[in-house]
Amino acid sequence: MTELSKTGAAVGEPTSASQPPKAFLEVRDLKVHFPTDDGLVKSVDGLSFSLEKGRTLAVVGESGSGKSVTSQAIMGLHRLGTSGKNVRMTGEIWLDGKELVSAAPSEVRKLRGREMAMIFQDPLSAMHPYYKVGDQIVEAYRVHHKVSKKVARKRAIEMLDRVGIPEPAKRVDGYPHEFSGGMRQRAMIAMALVNNPELLIADEPTTALDVTVQAQILDLIRDLQKEFGSAVIMVTHDLGVVAEIADDVLVMYGGRCVERGPAAQVFEQPQHPYTWGLLGSMPRIDRDTSERLIPVKGQPPSLINVPSGCAFHPRCPYADIPKGNVTRTVRPELEQVSTGHWSACHLPAEDRERIWTEEIAPKL
Amino acid sequence: MEGKAPIMRRSALAAIAAIGSASLLVAGCSKADDNKDNNGSSAGANAATKGVVNASDKKGGTVTYELSDVPDSFDPGNTYYAYMYNLSRLYARPLMTFQPGAGEKGNTLVPDLAASKGVPSDGGKTWTYKLRSGLKYEDGSPITSKDVKYAVERSNFARDVLSLGPNYFQQFMAKGDKYKGPYKDKSAKGLSSIETPDDGTIVFHLNQAFQEFDYLVAAPQTAPVPQSKDKGVDYVKHIVSSGSYKFQSYEDGKQAVLVRNENWDAKTDPLRKQLPDKIVVKLKVNPETIDQDVLAGDAIDLAGAGVQASTQAKVLTDTAKKAGTDNTYGGRLVYMAINTKVKPFDKVECRKAVQYAIDKVSVQTAEGGPIRGDVASTVLPPDIPGYEKSDVYASSGSKGDAAKAKEQLKACGKSSISTNISARSDRPQEIDAATAIINSLKKVGINASLKQFPSGKYFTDYAGVPKFTEKQNVGLIMMQWGADWPSGYGFLQQILNGKAISQSGNTNLSQYDNKDVNSLLGKAIGTQDDTERNSLYTQIDKKTMDDAVLVPLTYFKVLLARPQNYTNLVSTAAFSGQYDYLNIGVASK
Amino acid sequence: MISYILRRTFAAVILLLVVSAVTFAIFFLLPRLAGQTADQLAQQYIGKSPSKADIVAVKHNLGLDQPVYVQYWHFIKGIVAGATYDLGPTTVHCDAPCFGYSFKNHQAVWPELTSRLPITLSLAVGAAVLWLVSGVVAGVISALKPRSFLDRTFMGIALTGVSLPMFFTGNLAILLFTYQWPIFGKTYVPLTENPAQWANTLIPAWCSLALLYSAIYARLTRSGMLETMSEDFIRTARAKGLRERTVVTRHGLRAALTPIITVFGMDIGLLLGGAVITESVFSLPGIGQYAVQGITDNDLPKILGVTLLAAAFVVFANLLVDVLYAAADPRVRLS
Repeated sequence: MTELSKTGAAVGEPTSASQPPKAFLEVRDLKVHFPTDDGLVKSVDGLSFSLEKGRTLAVVGESGSGKSVTSQAIMGLHRLGTSGKNVRMTGEIWLDGKELVSAAPSEVRKLRGREMAMIFQDPLSAMHPYYKVGDQIVEAYRVHHKVSKKVARKRAIEMLDRVGIPEPAKRVDGYPHEFSGGMRQRAMIAMALVNNPELLIADEPTTALDVTVQAQILDLIRDLQKEFGSAVIMVTHDLGVVAEIADDVLVMYGGRCVERGPAAQVFEQPQHPYTWGLLGSMPRIDRDTSERLIPVKGQPPSLINVPSGCAFHPRCPYADIPKGNVTRTVRPELEQVSTGHWSACHLPAEDRERIWTEEIAPKL
Repeated sequence: MEGKAPIMRRSALAAIAAIGSASLLVAGCSKADDNKDNNGSSAGANAATKGVVNASDKKGGTVTYELSDVPDSFDPGNTYYAYMYNLSRLYARPLMTFQPGAGEKGNTLVPDLAASKGVPSDGGKTWTYKLRSGLKYEDGSPITSKDVKYAVERSNFARDVLSLGPNYFQQFMAKGDKYKGPYKDKSAKGLSSIETPDDGTIVFHLNQAFQEFDYLVAAPQTAPVPQSKDKGVDYVKHIVSSGSYKFQSYEDGKQAVLVRNENWDAKTDPLRKQLPDKIVVKLKVNPETIDQDVLAGDAIDLAGAGVQASTQAKVLTDTAKKAGTDNTYGGRLVYMAINTKVKPFDKVECRKAVQYAIDKVSVQTAEGGPIRGDVASTVLPPDIPGYEKSDVYASSGSKGDAAKAKEQLKACGKSSISTNISARSDRPQEIDAATAIINSLKKVGINASLKQFPSGKYFTDYAGVPKFTEKQNVGLIMMQWGADWPSGYGFLQQILNGKAISQSGNTNLSQYDNKDVNSLLGKAIGTQDDTERNSLYTQIDKKTMDDAVLVPLTYFKVLLARPQNYTNLVSTAAFSGQYDYLNIGVASK
Repeated sequence: MISYILRRTFAAVILLLVVSAVTFAIFFLLPRLAGQTADQLAQQYIGKSPSKADIVAVKHNLGLDQPVYVQYWHFIKGIVAGATYDLGPTTVHCDAPCFGYSFKNHQAVWPELTSRLPITLSLAVGAAVLWLVSGVVAGVISALKPRSFLDRTFMGIALTGVSLPMFFTGNLAILLFTYQWPIFGKTYVPLTENPAQWANTLIPAWCSLALLYSAIYARLTRSGMLETMSEDFIRTARAKGLRERTVVTRHGLRAALTPIITVFGMDIGLLLGGAVITESVFSLPGIGQYAVQGITDNDLPKILGVTLLAAAFVVFANLLVDVLYAAADPRVRLS
């Protein structure tokens, strides 16, 4: 992940007058707020990161942390439908030199499905039940290419073959409900990749699948990424998936980024109590089964009434350590811990080091 | 005639689309604003009850009749509705008919197919009629007396096939019970008590003296039917006309179209004028729509039973519209029968208590106000000969006399009575009237509960079944009655004669069986002199009221709207106040 | 598919037989439980104060003096082989399929039904097209802009439409548009005779009837669309970069309409059995009027004919709807 600080701009602060970044995808201080009858839902509240082509970023967090909202914001999906009137989106999303938040919806639409594509969690509900799989892929292709149905169909068969579906010429006329779970997800991937997108966003693509199929799908995504050189954002709550496939990790909590860095580093030297909690609650084969899992106590925060100060403080066992009650009053900013590794936490670095080494790591 | 499937009309009262109702204007019954009677559009209110409105001989145009229901039949031998009696004369000429005219004139019988009125002999047991000469059917074939005989045979003696009309001839013809009807008895002779010595003469032999026989033959059942063309029930699809109009088309349940009968000869017919080119009869028309069309001057309400409640309100508040209406008597009495077989109404004092107790004005209001009827105090209504004004149970303002009622109750030996009063569930005015009566009776200690029954079965299953009324303690029965023909006998026979009591379909709801009344009725029908006969009817009326077996409530009136584009409109008592349909034509628009 | 249809058709015929038997039973046996006899039935056909002999004669002529199951057998036989009725001097033959002969108006039931059917069809189909289009359009607009002014207006009109009874709306329509401001025709004219006049007379009836139903369809479409538009596959469609219009129609409406089409089929099936009130209000001589006549007159042949026809329509509408649904939604299997 390229460091923003190289350009001189501090992380988390909006750059002045939108200078296009050098990174392929760059998100700057993205805020996505939804006014509702109950109050203002701050689903994403100041998120920044960047991503290069050919690399995979995993966005991790609990339900309600804002990870899906982020990925859909990049796709421009929040402007559509009934939420379109209400959503308040600020910040910048730069994709290959184009700024998307201020762009006209019709412009963004042209990019959707072409430059950037998305695959979803449940392929059964994500595909239209009434249309053949082949027809849906053809549709995805013909939106962005003026070709005949015959040509598009050939392309669809080609893609089905590419994602590893046997007898693609036959299966192209099948309906979604006639496919098995794994095959369906492959078909969805085929549909997303039919236009060779440069950015692929996968929103929990394996959650609805069983473990063996999971591995196959992840392999497929990795292969396709190598082949097409696309950037991949993998949204997940499963750290196992992160370990498999991610180059970089972004941990989200309460609509904010709490830790960010190369995957290996974040796993070995996690710098945030929430990340510790995630790691501790992950079942591992090599752990002593007599030891209990360490779940993160409490519930995810309300996005309407986000806790003041550090959003994690109600659930953090170490909230009282920093002096002056800052955890409850001051929102922590992302600070660099080591190269490319950032964390937003009021605990002094030494305390974090100590707690990790002495208390957490031994138990994992 | 009772109000069951009333010959008058069933439709408007049982209308499906009777929207709300309620607020009827209790406008005072109007005197005519304008007494001129034949003065085109400026004829005033009730003009047609005094004379002919828009009198004209202009030919041409189409007259449209609209009906909200369907008639029992267009077949002249198979109908009992007054409006069909009225209308069928256009294509079926009975022996006698009523003269078109207002008031008393309209009650006068004149010969139609016959050349002159019937000649009685044998003390009134034999009647001879001579037909006019030169009478032809629509196809040019001659009409003979045999056809009249056949018409009577098929309509009265083939009751398994044609059973919708009255069966007076079956009752009164000598040896009528032995004859099996022309469909089963194929002999050339037919019914022996009707003789046809030649093609122009017909002789009726009755089983009793019946001085009002001219009234009986004024029914469409004597209109000639050619035997070779008779198809029984299907005859109605191809009726052979003997009148001034013939059928161009007939769609059962939908409409009928009549056009001029070229073979009708005005020389044989002093009554008809054959004015319009075409007559259209539309059936099953929304009653609200009918009123709209009548007010627009484009149609006549065939049933002639009066405008809908909503139209009545509209018409009475507008002076101009009111001038185009006729509020006429319908030869009909609205009354409540007191069941003499249900205790304690077997005692005359208890019946008199009921008579005194009732506030008749409240009943009149419930029935729709003075427009719909005058408060009544006799059995015979004012437009039936034999009527004499009298009020045996008079009270101040006809509002009832609670004191006298209680007196009678005591004389009867009761301090309170519990009974049931029956009314027809689909007649809101009858229900309201019954409710008003219940309230009046409560004041003197008579507690009546309302029992409602559907009008279609009122006589066959409930009020008209004596056993039912006795078992269910129905002491008071709401009723309406119109004469089958406008004479005392026609009115009184079915409701007062002990012989008329029947176990089902009963119309003598009081189950009144008084020897004197029975013999007076028999005597009256055998009395040749009109004046004497009518005085006998007056006596019967008085006796009935003295016996208090029924409580007269109102003399029924209809409010008709006069379509202004039509000519020769006159309201006739003989057909319950309807306009006479014989000569209606179209004015120049 | 074909075998499925055949099987269902066969089942439908059985069902119709059952319906006819039940109608017979209701007509005859129920009144008997209330104490009514065949005599009293026969009396419906006679004028007033009939004599005993009259009643017996009519009973015999109508076949009412035979046991119920014999009468039923005659009826079934008639459907297949036709029947003959005694009219007095002549007899009339009622060709197969003979659904009885009404002595009240001297017509065989089947020819009457077939002659009245075009009118009821005209009314039903015209109104159906109108309410389907208006209801769906209103529903879609409402769903796309929930709680907007348009949405509230449409749903408000819908509520009014569904609350006002036909004998109010219909009569109001006639009063205003046929009499007060004579725009529309008064008397029905068949389509084959004069299409312009045919439509002109039927428009107030179509609109009144459509007002009643389109309310329901608007609400159904609205809720169906709201539900469908929140489905995942809509999000996928948008993610593909499709125009919103395409998303709404090809993806959204297509899925939302399928249940509505099935309701539509049922509604038409029921309506074809006779829009009784509408026909009375607008004086249309269709099957509804025929039904009313039969009920008022207690005329069994008419009642049987209409009941069977209405049942047939409903049964086949059901079948059609099932087939349509299977054709529309590939997940549904006809078994």
